[in-house]
Amino acid sequence: MSNHIKPRVRIPATAKKGELIEIKTLISHEMETGQRKDSAGKVVPRKIINKFTAAFAGKTFFEADWHPAISANPYQSFFYKAQESGEFTFTWKDDDGSVYTTTSKLTVG
Amino acid sequence: MPSPTVIGQTAMSRRAVLGAGTAAAAFAVLMPHVAVADEAAVAEALKKLYAGKAMAEGRIKLDVPPIAENGLVVPINVEIESPMSEGDYVKAVHVFADGNPLPGVVTYRFQPTAGKAMAGTRMRLAQTQNVICVAEMSNGALFTAKANVKVTIGGCGG
Repeated sequence: MSNHIKPRVRIPATAKKGELIEIKTLISHEMETGQRKDSAGKVVPRKIINKFTAAFAGKTFFEADWHPAISANPYQSFFYKAQESGEFTFTWKDDDGSVYTTTSKLTVG
Repeated sequence: MPSPTVIGQTAMSRRAVLGAGTAAAAFAVLMPHVAVADEAAVAEALKKLYAGKAMAEGRIKLDVPPIAENGLVVPINVEIESPMSEGDYVKAVHVFADGNPLPGVVTYRFQPTAGKAMAGTRMRLAQTQNVICVAEMSNGALFTAKANVKVTIGGCGG
């Protein structure tokens, strides 16, 4: 599945200084709970994204620890107070050790 | 697969069925066998975090639907009143569900640079249950809020 995993971020490209911007992220992932049994009665091993991190200019400002109760294709919205131009880094960490990242530029004018 | 899940899905769009099918099967198969978390499990998780420290009501806006038509995708939005300044901000927010196989849903950690302590996601609820939110402020004060969500499809009835 990992080759299908694609993060998406909706974020304004520009903001005024001091403006609160809302960031919406989505990543395709089955978020296998580890509770489910397959047709043979075997427990399907857990495989979820367990951590999401949002950073601006290398400084983390928001983190989410996701448990198996988070829906498949996890969505996360949160805020950031724009102060200066720079780059966001969004990071998703998978149970299997994979890390998915994407970046977005913000221009503050 | 037990029929209630299948019946429930006929009302959903084709895309929703495709997306939710695997997980729906998860709950359908899982629910009869696995012990469900309860208030005690949530209390225990909180005790581990905060050692039984007192919590006040208020400052949390916990936004969940009173009735969820699909327990696999229940929107949850939390907002905590805070100036989000260096000296006074929301440090962490924990969300629990007392009727799921595991009580934990999500933990958020904020920095004052976020400017606003608000976050939204989507969660799975196995059945009708309470959603509990606990917010930890930078000075250590704890606040809590609770909301009941009635789940009509996607769990084991309710």
